[in-house]
Amino acid sequence: MKIVVCAKFVPDATADRRFRSEDNTVDRAGVDGLLSELDEYAVETALTVKEAGDAEVTVLTVGPEQAADAVKKGLQMGADAGVHVLDDAIHGSDAVATSLILSKALGKLEADLVVFGMGSTDGGMGVVPAMVSERLGLPAVTLGSEVTVDGQTVRIRRDGDTASETIEGTLPLVLSVSDQANEPRYPSFKGIMAAKKKPVETWSLADLELTAEQVGGSSAWTEVVEVTARPARTAGTIVTDEDGSGAAGLVEFLSTNKFL
Amino acid sequence: MSNVLVLVDHTAGTVRKTTAELLTIARRLGEPVAVFIGSEVQAALPTLGQYGATKVIALSNPELTQFLVAPKAEALAQVAAKIEPSAILISSNAEGKEIAARLAVKLDSGLITDAVDVQEGAVTTQSVFAGNFTVQAKVTHGTPIITVKPNAATPEAADASPEVEEFDVTISDTAKTARITDSKPREATGRPELTEAAIIVSGGRGTGGDFGPIEAFADSLGAAVGASRAAVDSGWYPHAYQVGQTGKTVSPQLYVAAGISGAIQHRAGMQTSKTIVAVNKDPEAPIFELVDFGVVGDLHKVLPTATEEVTKRKS
Ligand SMILES: Cc1cc2nc3c(=O)[nH]c(=O)nc-3n(C[C@H](O)[C@H](O)[C@H](O)COP(=O)(O)OP(=O)(O)OC[C@H]3O[C@@H](n4cnc5c(N)ncnc54)[C@H](O)[C@@H]3O)c2cc1C
Ligand SMILES: Nc1ncnc2c1ncn2[C@@H]1O[C@H](COP(=O)(O)O)[C@@H](O)[C@H]1O
Repeated sequence: MKIVVCAKFVPDATADRRFRSEDNTVDRAGVDGLLSELDEYAVETALTVKEAGDAEVTVLTVGPEQAADAVKKGLQMGADAGVHVLDDAIHGSDAVATSLILSKALGKLEADLVVFGMGSTDGGMGVVPAMVSERLGLPAVTLGSEVTVDGQTVRIRRDGDTASETIEGTLPLVLSVSDQANEPRYPSFKGIMAAKKKPVETWSLADLELTAEQVGGSSAWTEVVEVTARPARTAGTIVTDEDGSGAAGLVEFLSTNKFL
Repeated sequence: MSNVLVLVDHTAGTVRKTTAELLTIARRLGEPVAVFIGSEVQAALPTLGQYGATKVIALSNPELTQFLVAPKAEALAQVAAKIEPSAILISSNAEGKEIAARLAVKLDSGLITDAVDVQEGAVTTQSVFAGNFTVQAKVTHGTPIITVKPNAATPEAADASPEVEEFDVTISDTAKTARITDSKPREATGRPELTEAAIIVSGGRGTGGDFGPIEAFADSLGAAVGASRAAVDSGWYPHAYQVGQTGKTVSPQLYVAAGISGAIQHRAGMQTSKTIVAVNKDPEAPIFELVDFGVVGDLHKVLPTATEEVTKRKS
């Protein structure tokens, strides 16, 4: 079985994330980045399936030069191969365009199982898996909090707003997993050494038979008009409960602000 | 005036508050046309009219609810082809976002998710990077498809008496390939819905696993209960109540965080709350940077006393 994990390189959530002033796009160069933590759960899912049977795991990323680090991390965790789609024309792509690039690459890779994270930690739309499923005409089982692959059947448990559901589909399919699905492994020293010898291919848009006009900022179907930093919250009142007056202060605050 | 499609979010015909909000927003953009998927359209009709739907398109094909979201997106695309709306508004929950994603590909249209406001010209407001930035955006290609978060507007009544139009859809075989084989409804708690609540009281690792004081304080205020991921991962509270990046994003009038440190991923889900209160025994906890009012103390002492006092004042 051929498994492909779609993994995104994102600015570190604990760093000072910002936008580029010239075009209002996410600053991916000036801020330290890493493999989106939520995609580690997808890598872990793929590796678990591989260990239970016979499968080859490829990590696929679309992103700037530094995004090669996301592929590398996947290889260090235990994936077998990597593909990095890199092309200057991709800068500024929105979810619709990203899903187009991913689906072309996935077509070329002939994946039986495509595994996604639940959402990228920067844009966080959580829409790319459904878009790719739509483009490839493959079934999608999304937001799995528990995943079992049983021959050709993929079964997930999803904790929805109103119910806990069991959902199932047959390979080939698109799967996305939540951060409840597993506990992603840390790369071992052996894994880090082995990753250096694993094959990584870099593909351009031309390799995917796509043109610059189909992707990137100029063809993005949404436009950011304005970005405003949130004003800092004004410092509040802080009391200590040392003398046991904390509760009274709290209730007084709630009462003054008409919450009672 | 142009038509604006609103996908109705409902449980067995009971329309959710978010739909009233969407209809209110739709009126800023054009004539609201509600799309109802399911067999209980008659039950939903009064509410849809009350918030200004000028027409209700009913899709009652049973295949729409048997399978996952793909058939719903297909149906909506067929409705859009006929109505040619100027915008499509969908609730920003897991299912809504997935329908919107598929629709964007089908209709060759731009998609904006998680809008916290939509104004004339379909200009949206979103809160990004853990609530640290506000972004104004618009769709520049195709039919704007926008998913809107709860509490994005105050529902305003506008009496309309919409007619119901049954609409026949054809569902392809590819859309029927993933199916729901089992569904266990979540037990009702009697508390307000987390994403819609005006007040939320959340507990974290500091509860030590006992959510009793959290629930009691919440009940005294008529609030919903939330939890941090640490509390959820420890098995103390169900995942459906997690607030944060990988849980729910909430924006209530009042958010009370008890025994929660205030990690960036938790802030991502609550930073835009109007008023923030924290109870934490560590004066250095980052949550105190956000608060309007904070108590440095043990939640197991502070909350029960506060609960008693609130109950006394309310009676
Ligand atoms: C990709 C990713 C996604 C994540 N998504 C989420 C998410 O959606 N939601 C989320 O919440 N987290 C999320 N996290 C986890 C987040 O980083 C924190 O680990 C988590 O929020 C910590 O929860 P906590 O504040 O309850 O626990 P802690 O950080 O351990 O804080 C507990 C606090 O309780 C206080 N305390 C202890 N005892 C008492 C007492 N008796 N009375 C009062 N105070 C007390 C302590 O002083 C401390 O400040 C995510 C992390 C990652 C990497
Ligand atoms: N540029 C990208 N390269 C590879 N995978 C991606 C990319 N963008 C999104 N994904 C995948 O799609 C999922 C959802 O992303 P999003 O819709 O952006 O929240 C992520 O968890 C990844 O698995």
